[in-house]
Amino acid sequence: MKKVLVAFLVLTMVASLGFAQATKVYKVGVSMPSATHGWMANANWWATRAKTDWEKRDKNVQIELKFSGNVNQQVSDIEDLLVKKVDAIVVFPHDTSVTSVVEKAFNQGVYVVVLDRGVSKEGIYDIYITNDDEAYTRKGMEWLAKQMSFKGNLLLISGTPCPIDTIRTDTIKEVVKKYPNITLLDVQPGDWNRQKSLSVMENYLQKYKAIDAVYTADDDMMLGAMQAYKESGRKDIKFFLGGGCLKDVIKGIMDDSNPLVKADVTYSPSVIATSISYAVIGVRGEKLNPNIYQVRALPRRIILPSELVTKANAKDFYVPEAPF
Amino acid sequence: MNATAAGKIDLEKYGSLIALGTLFILAAIIGRPYFLQIENLVNVMRQASYAGIIALGMTLVIISGGIDLSVGAMAAFVASCGVLFMNWILQASGGNETLAIAGGIVVMAMIGLLAGALNGLLITLGKIVPFIVTLGTMSIFRYVSLQMANAGEFASHSQNFGELGMAKLFSLDIGVGVLSLPLPVATLFVLATILGFVLDNTRYGRYLCAVGSNARVAQYSAVRVGSVRFWAYAINGLVVAASAVLLAARFNTVSTPNFGLGFELDAIAAVIIGGTAMSGGRGSIWGTVVGVFMLQIIQNMLNMAGLSPYLQGVVKGVVIIASVYIQRQKQ
Repeated sequence: MKKVLVAFLVLTMVASLGFAQATKVYKVGVSMPSATHGWMANANWWATRAKTDWEKRDKNVQIELKFSGNVNQQVSDIEDLLVKKVDAIVVFPHDTSVTSVVEKAFNQGVYVVVLDRGVSKEGIYDIYITNDDEAYTRKGMEWLAKQMSFKGNLLLISGTPCPIDTIRTDTIKEVVKKYPNITLLDVQPGDWNRQKSLSVMENYLQKYKAIDAVYTADDDMMLGAMQAYKESGRKDIKFFLGGGCLKDVIKGIMDDSNPLVKADVTYSPSVIATSISYAVIGVRGEKLNPNIYQVRALPRRIILPSELVTKANAKDFYVPEAPF
Repeated sequence: MNATAAGKIDLEKYGSLIALGTLFILAAIIGRPYFLQIENLVNVMRQASYAGIIALGMTLVIISGGIDLSVGAMAAFVASCGVLFMNWILQASGGNETLAIAGGIVVMAMIGLLAGALNGLLITLGKIVPFIVTLGTMSIFRYVSLQMANAGEFASHSQNFGELGMAKLFSLDIGVGVLSLPLPVATLFVLATILGFVLDNTRYGRYLCAVGSNARVAQYSAVRVGSVRFWAYAINGLVVAASAVLLAARFNTVSTPNFGLGFELDAIAAVIIGGTAMSGGRGSIWGTVVGVFMLQIIQNMLNMAGLSPYLQGVVKGVVIIASVYIQRQKQ
């Protein structure tokens, strides 16, 4: 009887070991800012969608999302994820203050994917993914300059002051410098906020009597600025350009329903979903494509293109089920 | 008769500790199996300590019948100046790290004291309501920092300063995990001991309560009301500087738009949960320490349970209101 019992126990243990190995469950933690503006709300939605898709596709993948309101909370979230022994972590930083905790994760052997605003130290991540901030406003500004026939008065509403915003604004100024007949009248921050942008635009309209085009750092602010313009009853502005592709704006471009808004530039919020997928593939040691001749299975740095969206290609960028 | 009175006092005194204990057990259940891991408990204490230290100074300010909304922005300003000064010494002294860190800490303490004193002067001499003064200085401190950094970051060039931020007073492997006492947690307890002593056992502490509960009566009793309130803000500035040093060292960089963001609300919430009356006159430092840990435990427990972060904010709000409600019932 005893022997049978022992044999049974051993058998179960071996079986469970085999079972455990066959179904290694990969836990992926995701830490990102919470939805404080339309673009980030879309990014939150994409993260949730990636989680749902992966967990439906593969029951050995568990994804835990942490949305944080500030960087201290984010550091706590990452520490908490490390306590929960995640195999991979995807970090969309509030700012580079997360560097030390990301380094801690990497040194513990966690597979690390860092996005966008990045970390301030090299070699502490497996993959870095970002949208192309420089091209984001370069393509937009080149398009706008052409629409303006390379002359006229331009106003700019920038985002919340931060390094990314500085890159974008500087790029716009650089492009404008090439065209001496375009005057950049003013740059004021609109904090990526529709109300703030509306009041900035109201002030602009009081101050400047002839405006040809308005460039805002994203679509949320563009809608706010356009609201102010409509309320003013003025007729001088010919072009509004935002960025980031909110679905209503894309729909408008697709249907050609607003003569003021003819284009947009992508800064895809799906970057977070892409990153989650890279984390899953990377932590499992898989390749994107077995036919690729690379020493490393996945690239270290990935820069997603910022693309100009006009009526011709708008339908490719229309995501009706996204929240904004 | 005496026994029941003693029992009542005990309940009042230890009520918040009992609440903390209950919450701890609840957290162990909801956040299992992660919550009780040593590493997690150390994390919780450290995560709580930065805003927690600020909550200690805030307790004095609130007892004095005031409020300080500028603490988070002040921390950013203090840390920005400190890191700049540290980098300057490093360069000037040819890389003398010890001198740089010591100098940086002294400068941060001084600037914190001055910033707090500015609040105090505007409130006492300027006779402006604390809410308005600190609302104003909140904006000033934040935007001066942003202007200094062009909305970017000040990275410290000192390697040791970053290590100071991760420093532990002791670290002991007890088999199931590594038990350690991180520097910010130790600082929290040391400051709580000092400020608790000041509040409960010194003349200044008694004056503070008197001023907070009724400034006019205090004045007639020959208490120098202005000076008492001034020092509450000045001490608070010094305490903010302590938190700023630790947080700047932790990140080894100061990101001016985000550093200390929302600390004022976390600190005020901890003070209120800890049983200090919002109207002033009455409160306790150790109550605030309990409040600080309660808030962090709630957040950690919900995080471990995987509750949506948006709902976590809802729970936090409910706890703040509920704890004040319970304390009102008690009075």
